[in-house]
Amino acid sequence: MIKTSLRAASVALALMLAPLPVMGAGVEHILIDKQQWPFAGFRGQFDAGQLQRGFQVYQENCSSCHGLKRLSFRNLVQPGGPEFPENSVKSLAAGWPNKITDGPNDKGKMFERPAKLSDPILGPHKNEAEARDAFNGALPPDFSVIAKARGIEPTAPWYTHIFLMMRDIATGYQEGGPDYIYALLTGYKNAPKDFNLSDGMSYNAAFPGHQIAMVPPLAKDNFVKYQDGKGSLEQNAKDVSAFLAWAADPSLNERKRIGWQVMLYLLVTTVLLFLAKKRIWSRIKH
Amino acid sequence: MAAETEDPNRRDVLVMTANAFAAVGGASLLWPFIHQMNPDAGAQALASIEVDLAPVKEGQAITVMWRGKPLFIRNRTKDEIAAARKTALAELPDVVEPAADTARVKAGKENWLVLVGICTHLGCIPKGQSLADTKGDFGGWFCPCHGSHYDTSGRIRKGPAPRNLDVPPYEFVSDTKIKIG
Amino acid sequence: MSNHVSSYKPLSPMAKWWDDRLPIARLIHDSFVEFPTPRNLNYLWTFGGILSFCLVAQIVTGLVLAMHYQPSGADAFNSVERIRRDVNFGWMIRNFHAVGASMFFVAVYIHIFRGLYYGSYKAPREILWILGVLIFLAMMATAFMGYALPWGQMSFWGVTVITNLFSSLDGVIPGVGTAIVTWLWGGFSVSGATLNRFFSLHYLLPFVIMGLVILHVWALHVAGQNNPTGLDLKHKSDSVPMAPYAVMKDAVGLFAFLIVFAWFVFFLPDYLGHADNYIEANPLVTPPHIVPEWYFLPFYAILRAIPSKLGGVLAMFGAIAVLFFVPWLDTSRVRSTKYRPIYRWFFWLFVISCLALGYLGAKPADGIYVFWARVFTFYYFAHFLIVMPIVGLIETPKQLPRSITEDVLGPDKHTGGGMGIPAGAAAAPEKR
Repeated sequence: MIKTSLRAASVALALMLAPLPVMGAGVEHILIDKQQWPFAGFRGQFDAGQLQRGFQVYQENCSSCHGLKRLSFRNLVQPGGPEFPENSVKSLAAGWPNKITDGPNDKGKMFERPAKLSDPILGPHKNEAEARDAFNGALPPDFSVIAKARGIEPTAPWYTHIFLMMRDIATGYQEGGPDYIYALLTGYKNAPKDFNLSDGMSYNAAFPGHQIAMVPPLAKDNFVKYQDGKGSLEQNAKDVSAFLAWAADPSLNERKRIGWQVMLYLLVTTVLLFLAKKRIWSRIKH
Repeated sequence: MAAETEDPNRRDVLVMTANAFAAVGGASLLWPFIHQMNPDAGAQALASIEVDLAPVKEGQAITVMWRGKPLFIRNRTKDEIAAARKTALAELPDVVEPAADTARVKAGKENWLVLVGICTHLGCIPKGQSLADTKGDFGGWFCPCHGSHYDTSGRIRKGPAPRNLDVPPYEFVSDTKIKIG
Repeated sequence: MSNHVSSYKPLSPMAKWWDDRLPIARLIHDSFVEFPTPRNLNYLWTFGGILSFCLVAQIVTGLVLAMHYQPSGADAFNSVERIRRDVNFGWMIRNFHAVGASMFFVAVYIHIFRGLYYGSYKAPREILWILGVLIFLAMMATAFMGYALPWGQMSFWGVTVITNLFSSLDGVIPGVGTAIVTWLWGGFSVSGATLNRFFSLHYLLPFVIMGLVILHVWALHVAGQNNPTGLDLKHKSDSVPMAPYAVMKDAVGLFAFLIVFAWFVFFLPDYLGHADNYIEANPLVTPPHIVPEWYFLPFYAILRAIPSKLGGVLAMFGAIAVLFFVPWLDTSRVRSTKYRPIYRWFFWLFVISCLALGYLGAKPADGIYVFWARVFTFYYFAHFLIVMPIVGLIETPKQLPRSITEDVLGPDKHTGGGMGIPAGAAAAPEKR
C-alpha cells in the first residue's frame, strides 16, 4: 500500500510539473470559442432587432421540431424581448401550426383551437414519446431554457482555472449557453476519416462525442433570409442563439438595470458607513 | 470601558447620514416583497374570454368563469325587461352609473344581461340562475347569506348589499357571441 | 455576561411599566448595546452579524418563494420557471434565495476558519463551538434539500446519490440500508413523494437553525467574545460597548459583503449553480458528471477518495464529526494562532487542503484526481487527529501581550483601567 502510494506520488509529481491536460478518462473538453454578444457581461442588454431576427430563424428553421413551451406568445411583445407589435403577434399566434388542446367542451370532448396571446408556444409533438417516435428515438429538446441548460467547460490547464474563474466573476460572464449553441450550429463538418459515424448521425465539432442526431439545420447555402434579403449561416446562428438566450432569461434587461442601481447604492452606503465608523472609533484610541 | 474623551452617542451628521442611507435601502427592499403577491404576468394575460350565447334560450341563464369569478348571463324575457325598465331610479338604493337598465345592457341586445355574479355585500354567490332557484322579491337574484334582493337588471332593491351587481366590460363580436374583458 | 449588572434605565413611565413586566428592552440593551466587546476585534468578527442577516434573508425570501412554488414531481420545475418569468420580481427573489444559499456558506466558512485560527473553540467556549457545528450540520441538510426543489437533473440525481449513501449500511446489517433508503424516498426510487417531504423539511429546518442560533448567541454572551489575541477581558479598558462601536463595524462589514452578494444576484445569478439543473428531472437519464453545489465539494471529494462504499460514507460524516472534538484535540496553551509559530504553518496547510479538496470534488473521480483527493483527505484528518494534539504539546508560543489594551495601544500606553497590575504578574497563558 505504501509502496504503491509512493509510486503514485512520484508519477503525480511528474505530471504536476508538466502542464496537465490529462483530464478524467472519457471526458473530453471541447474548446468552444466565446462570441461577442450585445447582452454580454455586466453591462450588456438584449438588442430587440437581433431577437426579432433570431425569432424568425427559430420560426422558419427550428419550430418544426423544437417547442418553446415555457414561453407564451405574449412574451414576444413584452419589454426587454423582441418587442414585436401586439397585433402581429396576435395573428402569429392565431396562425401557429401547433394548436392548443382545450376543453372539455359541452359534449365532454377535448378540442383543438388556435393559440391566443396567453397561450404557450408549442412544438409539433404532444409529448416526449410522440417526439421520440418521430425521430428514431432521439428527442428534440424544448428550447425554453436551453441556453441556460448548456455551458462551456474550461480546456486550459488546471492551474489557470482559479484565474479564469476570477475573470468570469469580475466580468459577469454568463454567456456559455449561447456560445455553445453558436458553436453547435456552425460546427457541422465532414467527419474525420478515422471517425466511426453511426448511421443517420451527423458529425459536429462542438457536440459532446461529436455524433449528433439532428441534421444540419442551417448550412452555408441554406439559411434564413431576413426581411432585407440578407443573411448567412453565421448570422442566423448568432441571432437564434441570442434569441434563445433571451427565451431562457427574459428578465435580463431589467435585472441588469436594477442591478446597477443597487450596486451604486451599496457602494455609496458602504463608503458612508465606513467613514461613520471611523468617526465613531476616533473617539477612543485604537 | 476604553478611555473616552467624548460621548460616543454624540449626534454627528456623517453618522446620521450613513444610518439614513442604510435605512432607506432596507425600506426600498420592501416593495419587491410586497409586489410579488400581486397577480403575476400569467394571470394578467388571462383577462379576456369569449362566450357563445346561441344555446341560451329566452328565460334561461348560464354561469361562466371569468378571472376566477362567476359571470351571470341571462336571456331575459319581455316581462323581465319591462319590469326593469319601468322601475324609477328614485326607487333604487344605488344610483351610481350604470343604474338605468338601458345603461346596463347593449343597445339592440336588451335581452342579454351580463353580470359579475358576486353579491356586493360580502362576496357570496346569489341564487337565481337555475329555474328552481328562489329569485327574490324582485324576480332577479337573491343572496342567501344575508338576504339581499336584486331585480331583473341586477340592481340591489332590498337587503344589506350596498351596490348593484357589477357589469363586466364586454362587447358583441358577432350576433350570438360576446367577448368579456 | 451572566454576572454583568444591567445598566439599563427606563426613560419613561411607560418603559418602566413594561420593564417590570417583560424586560425585553433591558435584555436587548444588555446583550446588544452595553455588551462589552473586545476593542481589538478585526473585520473577521463581523461575520457573526453577516450570518444572522443571511439566515433572516433566506427565511424571508424562502417564505415568499413558497407562496409560488409547487412541490410536486409534475409541477416543481414549471413553477420555478413561472417564478422566474411571470411572478412580479420573482426572478429577483429567486436569485436572492439561490445566491443567498451560497453566500450563507461563504460566510459560514470564513466564520469557521476564523474560529479555528484564533482558537475560539477553546475553554470556556466548547459548547459555543459545538452549537456552531450543529448549526453547520443543519445548514448542510437544509441546503441539500433546498437544492432538490427546482427538480432539475442535478436536483434529482443529487438526491439519488446522496440518499443512496445510506444503503451502505447494508454492509453492516444486510437489508437495513435498503430499508432506510426506501423509507427516505417514500417509494422504490426518488419521486414526487421524496420531493414533497424534502419541501416540508426544507421549510422546517431553518427554524431549527434559528433556535440553535439563539442558543449559540446565548452561549457567546455567557463566555464573551474571543479576540485576535485570544486573551480574556481583564480590564475595563479591554472592551468597548457593542453599540455604537461594534455595531457600526458590523454594518460596514455587512454592506461590503452585500456588494459581493448583489453582484452575484444581479449579474451572475446562475454562475454558482450547474447548467444541468435547467434540464427537468428525468429518472431515465443520468447526467455525465454529477457534482453537488460548491459548498459540499470538499466533503464530496472525501467521500470519493475512499475506495469502499461504507468507508467513504464514514469518512465523509467523520470529516464533520471530528469538528465536535476540536476543543479537546487542541492541546495548545494559547488560543490564537498568531502566537503559535509552528501551528501557523499547519493551519494554512489545512486551508489549502480544504480548497484542494473542493477543487477535486468538482473533478471526475478517476486517475490523478483520486490520488490527490486521498493525499488531502489524509491531511484533513491528520490535521485534527495528529497535528492539533502534538503541535500543541511541543510548541513554545510567542510572548503574548499582557492585555488586549496593551496589544492595541502598545506596551507603554497601558492604562490598566484602575486595576494597576504589576509588570510580570499578568497571568500569561503561554506559561500556564
